[in-house]
Amino acid sequence: MFELLGIPPQALFGQLLLGLINGAFYAMLSLGLAVIFGLLNVINFTHGAQYMMGAFVAWFGLQFLGINYWVALIVSPIVVAISGVILEQLFLKRLYHLDHLYGLLLTFGFVLIFEGMFRYGFGSSGQPYENPLPGGVNLGFMFLPWYRGWVVVASLIICLATWFIIEKTKLGAYLRAGTENPTLVRAFGINVPRMITLTYAFGVGLAAFAGVMAAPIYQVNPTMGSNLIIVVFAVVVIGGMGSIMGSIVTGFGLGVIEGLTKVFYPQASATVIFVIMTIVLLVRPAGLFGTQR
Amino acid sequence: MNRFVAFGLLALLLVAPWIGVYPVFIMKALCFGMFAIAFNLLIGYVGLLSFGHAMFFGSASYITGHILKVWGWSAELSIIAGVLAATILGVAAGWIAIRRQGIYFAMITLALSQMVYFFCVQAPFTGGEDGIQSIPRQPLFGIIDLKSDMTLYYFVVAIAVGAFLLVYRIIHSPFGQVLKAIRENEARATSLGYNVDRYKLLAFVLSAALAGLAGSTKVLVMQLASLTDVFWPMSGEVILMTLVGGIGTIFGPVLGAFIVIAMQNYLAGIGEWVLVIQGVVFVIIVLAFRRGIVGELMALWDRRNKPAPTAVQPAE
Repeated sequence: MFELLGIPPQALFGQLLLGLINGAFYAMLSLGLAVIFGLLNVINFTHGAQYMMGAFVAWFGLQFLGINYWVALIVSPIVVAISGVILEQLFLKRLYHLDHLYGLLLTFGFVLIFEGMFRYGFGSSGQPYENPLPGGVNLGFMFLPWYRGWVVVASLIICLATWFIIEKTKLGAYLRAGTENPTLVRAFGINVPRMITLTYAFGVGLAAFAGVMAAPIYQVNPTMGSNLIIVVFAVVVIGGMGSIMGSIVTGFGLGVIEGLTKVFYPQASATVIFVIMTIVLLVRPAGLFGTQR
Repeated sequence: MNRFVAFGLLALLLVAPWIGVYPVFIMKALCFGMFAIAFNLLIGYVGLLSFGHAMFFGSASYITGHILKVWGWSAELSIIAGVLAATILGVAAGWIAIRRQGIYFAMITLALSQMVYFFCVQAPFTGGEDGIQSIPRQPLFGIIDLKSDMTLYYFVVAIAVGAFLLVYRIIHSPFGQVLKAIRENEARATSLGYNVDRYKLLAFVLSAALAGLAGSTKVLVMQLASLTDVFWPMSGEVILMTLVGGIGTIFGPVLGAFIVIAMQNYLAGIGEWVLVIQGVVFVIIVLAFRRGIVGELMALWDRRNKPAPTAVQPAE
């Protein structure tokens, strides 16, 4: 077997794969955040909690209702999206005319509520979720577990499909126009408030989908979302929220960089994304793909 | 009006331990009151929402705790060292964070504080998950014994009153007026020839230093520095205190700190529900009482004294 800079290839490619998977979650969550922010002018702090709820719905379904992973992959995002619609209709809607900061504070309040309730119900320790695709294939230079391969491929497809819908379809054109000038879009006879609600539901559903995919890899845990969302915020700052493709590229790229850091300098792996954020802010304050607003 | 309230509160503070109030409770609330005042200096007077103030509070408490326990310096020197550490961190973090405004500023400060948190998890001197425990209360100036809660109480009251007066002075100085101008209309302030970034940075550093003072004093009182001090829920807590009391009011943050600390004390027995209740309070205030308790009272007072309706909307 060959060695690269004294690192065995198994470890290198293993971490690279894990980095890609983390990157997939960063991409899916920052995508949802960007789409929601574009239309609602709200940074959805609850995004991490909704990711966590997605995982918990899947776990709950498997544990008590016998719903398997593949069904949960569809059911769980729908359930969480419905909860998102309720949240938007009852609370978020009232804040659109105010400073963006109030949206952040409100959704932060819901993070505390959801996390507190799940911690009360399930404790702080993780709940294991059975791997639906056991086994894997030996590629010669590394062992590829089927499930991890599936996560990378599926999340890539989801991200690209989202990009396609927003950038290339009529529905996406409405969405982009609504982001640019909601009043004018309304004047053309499009139901903007409903579009806003559905956009929020979509972004939240995406977060829940990522949560279901994360369940077999990490343990299902009430705090899994809040730790992730802060990293995703840094990802959003690095990429800027201007471009859909930018969010996808930044998410996957930073995941890979984080994975590589784990191989070469593990002490810095928890902070590397924040360090990159600092550098990007010093060099290009608007973010790699963003425009200052 | 303000002056009467201030003297009344000061008198109440001075006699409180003699009329049966538990001094450690007041000291803790005063420390968090200072923390909230520091945070309010940014959100209330410059309009910058920092979601990472725990990094200054926590790092100062670690530095002070380490110096008190391992190096055995006297109380005031340890506190000064903690404040210095927070100030330096404030310069670095502020220099990075003021490059963006609004929502991005909040996300950047949150990310930076998470970085500091991970540093504290790994650094050897912080004691990891255990934190720094049973920190001795070294004597003040090397001679005045602070082991008794009563002596310490008056020291902490002196610090808190000093911090309060300092912030009051800052807000009512020409510097404070410029800060408010930046909050109201940044482009206008720039066009009037003010170097907006420099003002913002100075306000940020002052706020960081005061947050550090709060953290250092808290270590002296509670004799404990732990990861809780530097983790993001702490940043959320100080936001909650300021929101409850009233953003941009002088007394609001202190009142908010007393209310939140009292709430935590009474609810300590029900564990995770504290989080839920704090979240509910957040939601209610953001939806219905954005001015906070003091802000709403002041609005009520204004309405009763000025019957003529004014067109000017209160700043939010």
